[in-house]
Amino acid sequence: MNLFEFTAHNWRELLTLAGEHLRLVAEAMLLAVVIALPLGVLLTRRKFLQRPVLGLASILQTVPSLALFGFLIPLPFGGIGARSAVIALVLYALLPVLRNTVTGIEGVDRNVREAAVAMGMTGRQILWQVELPLAASVILAGVRVATVISVGVATIAAAIGAGGLGTYIFRGLRQNDDTLILAGAVPAALMALAADWLIGRLETTVGANTGPRTAHTQDTRAQLRRRIVGATLALVVIGGLVAFAAWRGTRQRATGAQTNAPVVVGSKDFTESVILAELLAQTLEAQGVAVARQFELGGNLCHDALVAGRIDVYPEYTGTAFTAILKHQPVTDPRAVYDQVSREYGEGFAVALSPPLGFRNDFAILVRGTEARRLQLHTISEAVPHARSWRAGFGQDFMSRADGYPGFARAYDLKLAAAPREMDLSLTYRALAAGEVDIIAGNSTDGLIAALDLTQLADDRQYFPPYEAVYLVRRATRARAPAVQSVLQRLADAISTDEMRRLNYEVDGRHRTVADVVRAWRQSKGL
Amino acid sequence: MPAMNNPPVVQFRNVSYAPPGARAPIIADLNLEIQRGETLVLLGESGCGKTTSLRLINRLLVPTAGEVLVEGKATSVWDEIELRRRTGYVIQEAGLFPHFTVARNVGLVPTLASWAEVRVRARVDELLKLVGLEPAQFAARYPRELSGGQRQRVGVARALAADPPLLLLDEPFGALDPLTRAALQKEFAALRTRLGKTCVFVTHDVREALLLASRIALMQAGHIVLLATPAEFARSAEPLARAYMATLQMG
Repeated sequence: MNLFEFTAHNWRELLTLAGEHLRLVAEAMLLAVVIALPLGVLLTRRKFLQRPVLGLASILQTVPSLALFGFLIPLPFGGIGARSAVIALVLYALLPVLRNTVTGIEGVDRNVREAAVAMGMTGRQILWQVELPLAASVILAGVRVATVISVGVATIAAAIGAGGLGTYIFRGLRQNDDTLILAGAVPAALMALAADWLIGRLETTVGANTGPRTAHTQDTRAQLRRRIVGATLALVVIGGLVAFAAWRGTRQRATGAQTNAPVVVGSKDFTESVILAELLAQTLEAQGVAVARQFELGGNLCHDALVAGRIDVYPEYTGTAFTAILKHQPVTDPRAVYDQVSREYGEGFAVALSPPLGFRNDFAILVRGTEARRLQLHTISEAVPHARSWRAGFGQDFMSRADGYPGFARAYDLKLAAAPREMDLSLTYRALAAGEVDIIAGNSTDGLIAALDLTQLADDRQYFPPYEAVYLVRRATRARAPAVQSVLQRLADAISTDEMRRLNYEVDGRHRTVADVVRAWRQSKGL
Repeated sequence: MPAMNNPPVVQFRNVSYAPPGARAPIIADLNLEIQRGETLVLLGESGCGKTTSLRLINRLLVPTAGEVLVEGKATSVWDEIELRRRTGYVIQEAGLFPHFTVARNVGLVPTLASWAEVRVRARVDELLKLVGLEPAQFAARYPRELSGGQRQRVGVARALAADPPLLLLDEPFGALDPLTRAALQKEFAALRTRLGKTCVFVTHDVREALLLASRIALMQAGHIVLLATPAEFARSAEPLARAYMATLQMG
């Protein structure tokens, strides 16, 4: 499906998401101006505050948005959903508005300000009749920049269950679907350009009579500045898309085998994947094989990189390959899944599967341990009657994939108090522990399950397909580096589910480095 | 004239001023009385303290020692807003509000004093005519649409708007071309005689000082080195005054 077909089929959802996006940005900008404008005025009156306050606003801008969201969830005024997203957007918008308010007011001609004082205007009259009108176009320029930034940052709000166009982008990244990514990114870029243009026009109107020398030069300067910002933004967006397309193009050209090149081990961007990749890398190195690490690739980039020959091997789950890559309907028999994935990967991608590593990382339906013990819950079926008063928080992945929420709800006839909140997977654990939600879908090997005292409910109707851990390796790699094959054989059945959970906890819960944890475990197993 | 009957409009008493953090004062132990109806010109080179002295009168600055009295009351005791609204102020390049029309610029102080709109408009028209600008042609214009000389006329009109008894002028004609400057100086001299205002006029142009002054206060390094009528100034043996007079003869 191309972008136009997708839009035609999903325009209602697209409009809803765009509306959510717009509302997030509008609310955040309103709040940001209400806070930053008076604060900026105060900074021009108490100059000693300028350095610390502007410094703090600058630091806020450098905090990665996901980290900020994680920080906001446990706070009483935060939590999951639009409120935390708006707070985060406000924090990012403060600096441009604040800085331009200070610059605009301090940029008022000294002669003009002195004349105002000498005419006997009070401080308030000078502010409202002279300083703010003359600074208006500069302040508006700050609002414009902040709005354009907010439209961009708001795409990440989808990670915290706040919706918006980011929902498509995240979903697209995880499902390896370019159309979905574009369906989120293109409207967001258009929204940013539209905001830039609209506020820019307002700036010109307001600035028309306020030029300190002649309004003419002021206008052209403001216009020029605006065009530069607008054009830069458009270039960044288009450049990003082109680079992405180009990168996608490279995977078509499989690179030729080079016998002396290192074996490139890849991993996805979560702990378990990194641990498994590191385990393989260390074991290969112990055999004297040169290894290069290409870890923490987002979404399904690992698959693309493997097919393109950019990496040689990475850890994957049979269920993921079966549903997310090969796009089959879920099947519950592990043997059948393994065999079919093995066959289709061999034929379609010239990629082989290692023997299973010995553990499964299935979807795990989790509730708080206290709740499970109080209600004596062991299976999902036992929990269903209670779920009518529960709120759920699910990762984007679980919400959208074929073996995820819709089928799950049908299989168990699950009815919740409200529609599930869609948010970043790693945040659902903390939201559950904090009581923000009552049921989540995690990963069965996640170290946080023990660390946060969560209980996994048994899948008594066997809805979830098996996710056996395996390594995917290019056939060309096996041919040029035979040691890889023997190492993969030695790792067969090497790790139990309990062991994997413990390894994950060593990294996530105890904050030890992956390399140390893997090294210690290999020694204990005599590998 | 007995001082009781006609107290000075402005009086400097042992006034010193040093900006915050500065070692040397800009003006030191200054004493000066300015009489009702006279035009006192503060003449001197850049940095001699003449503008600082002017700004002490409408409390843009407050003395670090001594006191400045206006109408017999120390500026530190005056309500600063009231003091400034009854003191006209004209500065170089006029300092007009670029986002106000000419009419709104001129009518600012009466508007701040809550005059009725009709009265403000009448006063603006009257003043524009007084400074030689046709209201129908100029009232709705913005400052950027005026020439330098026209802007300065508006600046004078604005300072006169609420009919203040005291007018402070800081090199008002300094940035104008020589012909415009000469015309405005002549008009200002006539206007002042007609309105009977007390004026304090800052300049570094000795020709302007001789033309406009009732008395000239010649300043150097924060002190008044000579206080004299123009005729006395021209004959004075004071070295700086002689140097100034010499520039005239050379020209």
